[in-house]
Amino acid sequence: MILAIIENAFLSLIGSAIPASAVVMLAATGAMLGERVGVLNLGQEGLIGIGAVYSVIAVLSWGVESPWLAMLIGMMAAAVAGLIFAVCVVAFRASQVLVGLALALGGIGLSNQLGVNRNGTPIQTLFREVNPGGVLDNNDALSAFFFHDPVVYIAYVGLPVVLYFVLFRTRHGMNMKAVGENPAAADAVGVSVTGWRIFYSVLGAALTGAGGAYMVLSFTPTWSPDIARGRGWVALAVVIFAGWRPGWAVAGALLYGSMISLDTTAQARGWGLPFMGASDLSFFLSMLPYVVTLVAILIPAGAVKLGRRVRSTAAPAALAIPYSREER
Amino acid sequence: MTGDSARPAVETRGISKAFGGVAALDAVDFEVRWSEVHALVGENGAGKTTLCNILAGIYRADAGQVIVDGTERDFRSPAHAIDAGIGMVHQHFRLVEPMTVAENIHLGWPETPGVVSQRTLNERTEQFMGEMGLRVDPTAKIWQLSVGEQQRVEILRVLARGARVLILDEPTAVLTAKEAEDLFAVVRELAAGGLSVIFITHKLREVLAVSDRLTVLRHGIREITRPTEGATASEIARLMTGEERVLNVEHRVVTGDPALELRGVSALNDRGITALHDVDLTVRSGEILGIAGVSGNGQTELAEVICALRGLESGAITVDGADITSMSVRAVTDIGVGHIPEDRIGMGMVLSAPVKDNAVLHSYWTEQFSQGLNLNRQSVIDFAKKLVETARVQTRSVFATAGQLSGGNQQRLVARREALAADRLLVAAHPTRGLDVNAAQEVRSTILDKRDSGCAVLLISDDLDEVLLMSDRIAVIYEGRIMGVFDAADADREHIGLLMGGHSITEAA
Repeated sequence: MILAIIENAFLSLIGSAIPASAVVMLAATGAMLGERVGVLNLGQEGLIGIGAVYSVIAVLSWGVESPWLAMLIGMMAAAVAGLIFAVCVVAFRASQVLVGLALALGGIGLSNQLGVNRNGTPIQTLFREVNPGGVLDNNDALSAFFFHDPVVYIAYVGLPVVLYFVLFRTRHGMNMKAVGENPAAADAVGVSVTGWRIFYSVLGAALTGAGGAYMVLSFTPTWSPDIARGRGWVALAVVIFAGWRPGWAVAGALLYGSMISLDTTAQARGWGLPFMGASDLSFFLSMLPYVVTLVAILIPAGAVKLGRRVRSTAAPAALAIPYSREER
Repeated sequence: MTGDSARPAVETRGISKAFGGVAALDAVDFEVRWSEVHALVGENGAGKTTLCNILAGIYRADAGQVIVDGTERDFRSPAHAIDAGIGMVHQHFRLVEPMTVAENIHLGWPETPGVVSQRTLNERTEQFMGEMGLRVDPTAKIWQLSVGEQQRVEILRVLARGARVLILDEPTAVLTAKEAEDLFAVVRELAAGGLSVIFITHKLREVLAVSDRLTVLRHGIREITRPTEGATASEIARLMTGEERVLNVEHRVVTGDPALELRGVSALNDRGITALHDVDLTVRSGEILGIAGVSGNGQTELAEVICALRGLESGAITVDGADITSMSVRAVTDIGVGHIPEDRIGMGMVLSAPVKDNAVLHSYWTEQFSQGLNLNRQSVIDFAKKLVETARVQTRSVFATAGQLSGGNQQRLVARREALAADRLLVAAHPTRGLDVNAAQEVRSTILDKRDSGCAVLLISDDLDEVLLMSDRIAVIYEGRIMGVFDAADADREHIGLLMGGHSITEAA
C-alpha cells in the first residue's frame, strides 16, 4: 500500500518533470554541441528568450498556424544570435566568457522588449501530445512516460541518440572531439577549426532557441518577461554534470525537472512537514532545484579531488580557449 | 609513388617571412631532392622551423614561391600541404591526448570510414603499421605512451596520408639515445624507399649521421647547401654560429660560509610520491654546485623546495643562516634568491605580456618600479631596455609580447632577469636546454659572472657535459637521494655516470 503510494507519487513526479525540463534538455544539448568543439556559450539564457519571443511573434503577429513553423522561426532567430556570438569569439577571438555574458543579458533584454505588448496573451498554436493509442490509458502507471508532445521525445530520445552516435561512432564525431581537445592537432590534419567551431556554435544556439520556443508553444504556454528563469544557467550546469556525454544530460535534466515538479506537486497536494508549514516548505522546495544543481556539478569536481578522475568526463581541454594558427 | 626524380621534390624561391617586425626568413632558396635525407641546420631562431611551417601550410610566406614536384603551390592551410604530399612532425606533438593511437592516426583523414568503431580503427591501424614496418599499440591512449612512441604515431599519421615529403622538426630533442638511433634507422629506410625527409636539427652529430645533403640557415638567410659527405662538424658549426666562442671555465675550491644549506630535506612530487629523500646539501658563496642526474630523479622538486614553490615533508632549508622553510615565494625572492625555472614558458614568463612587464615580473613591487599603488612606467621601460640590451635579446621593442620572442631570446631574458634578482643564491634549472651554441654560451657566461661576483649557484642540468664544464663541485642525484658530492678536480666522468645510473659508491669503486 505504502509502496504503491510512493510509486504513484514518483511516477507523477516524473510525469510532470519530463515536460518541465524539456527546455533544459534542449538547451543543454545545444550548449554541449558548442562545448564539444571548444566553444563555451554562456548566453543560453538569452538564446532561450530570443527563441521564445520570436515564436510568440510568429504566432501572434505573423499568424503562423503550425507550431513546428513557429519553432523553426524561433530557432532561426536564436541561430542568428549564435552566429554573431560565434563570429566574435571564433573569428575575432574575443573572450567567450564576456561575449557569452553579453549575449545572456542582451538576449533577455531584447526578448523582454519585443514581448512587452504580448505579456500573458494565451497561445493557441500548441504542440499536441502523442497518444499511444489504445495500448495505455491515462491512468496506467507507465503513462508518466507517454502522452507528451513530440518535442519531448525528440529532446529526450532523438537528440541524445543521434548525438551519441555522431560523437562516438563516426569519423565526424572523432574530428569534432579533436577540435575541442586540441585544435592545433585538428588543424594539423586538415580539420577547419574555425569552420567547425562556428557551425556547431550556430547549431547549438538553434537548439537552445528550440528550447525557448517549446516553453511558449507547449509548456507555459504564453509569453512572460524573463521567460527562461535561470533554465539557461541550469542547462550549462547539466552539461558539466553530464560530463559532456549526451545520455547523462537526460539524467541531469530530469533530476532538475523533478526538483521543480516537487515544488508544484507539494503545493497542489498541500504537503507539509511537522517542523515546516506549507508556505515555508514551498519556499524551501523552490530553492531545491538550484541547490541540487549546485551539488550535482560538485560531484564530478569532488571525484577529481578524490583522485578518481575519469578522463572521459573531463571538460574538453581547449574549452573556451580561442585558437590561432600563427601564434607563437 | 614519387615524382620525376630529375625534378626536386620541394623547392622554395625567395621565401621571406617576418614576425612582429623581425625578419625570420629573408629570401631563402631551398631545394630537397627525392630519396634524400636533407638536414636543415641552424641555431635557435635561424628560421628552420619557420621555413618548414611554410612548407607544411602552417604559416603563409610574406613573399616567395613554393614549388612541389614542379608545380607552384600556395598553401592556405595544412590540409593543402597534405594534399600536395607534404607532412610535418612538429617538435611539440599535435596529438589528442585522451584519444587512442588508432583514433589519432585516423583524425581528419578523408579515407577514414564515415561510421567507425574502435575495432575497425584498430584493425586498419594494425594493417597499416604492418605495411610501414612501424609499430605502436593502436588501443593505447596517447598520454600512456612514451615520447618516442608518440613521435612514431605522428610519423605514421603523416605517412598514412600518403606524404612523400616528411618534415621532422628537431625530432631527437625529446628522445633517449636509443630512441634516436631507432629513428635514424626509420628515416634512412623511408628515404631508401623513395621519400624525401627534411630533418631539422642543431645537433651536428645527427647531421653527419643521418643526412645526404645539408642546408645551413643563419639569421633567416641560407648560408650553404652541400652534400654531407666530406663536411666536418667544425665547418658546419662555423657556418651556423658565424663565430667560434669557447668558454673557458676555471674551477675553484671555496671554503667560505655556506649560502644555502639543506638539512634532511624530504618532499613529495605532484603525484604524492616521495621525490626527495633526506637530502643534505651545502652551496657556498662564490661557487657553483652542479646537480648531475638523469631527469626525473627529483631535480625539479629540489629546485622548487628551495624557491618555496613546494612544501617540505621534513627537514630545513637555510639561506645565509636564515630559515626559509616556511617563507613565501616573494619573501624568498626578497632575500636574494633567483630562479631560472626549468619550464621557462610556463613559469618563467607571461607570454601574452610585453617584454617590459616580464622584465620586472619579480620586482615590480619594489621601490625602484613603484610608488605605493602606482607603477612607474618610465623606470620599468628603462630597466627593460637595459636588460634587453645587456642580455642581447633580439626583439622589435620592449613592448612586443614575450610570446613573439624565439625560445633562445626568452631564455636570455629570464636568465638575465633572475641573475640580477639573485644576490645570494641563483637556482638555475636546465638553463641551456634547447638553446643553440651561442645562446647557451651567453647564458653560461651570465651564470659564471654571478659566481665570480660572490653569489652561490645551484646548477641543475641533465646534460652531464654542462655540469662538468660549469661546476666547482658536483652532487649526483638518483631517485631523490644524493649519491655523492665531488670537487671538480676529483670528478671522474665514468664514476659519476655510474652513480647517475643508481650504482652506489662501493659498486662504482
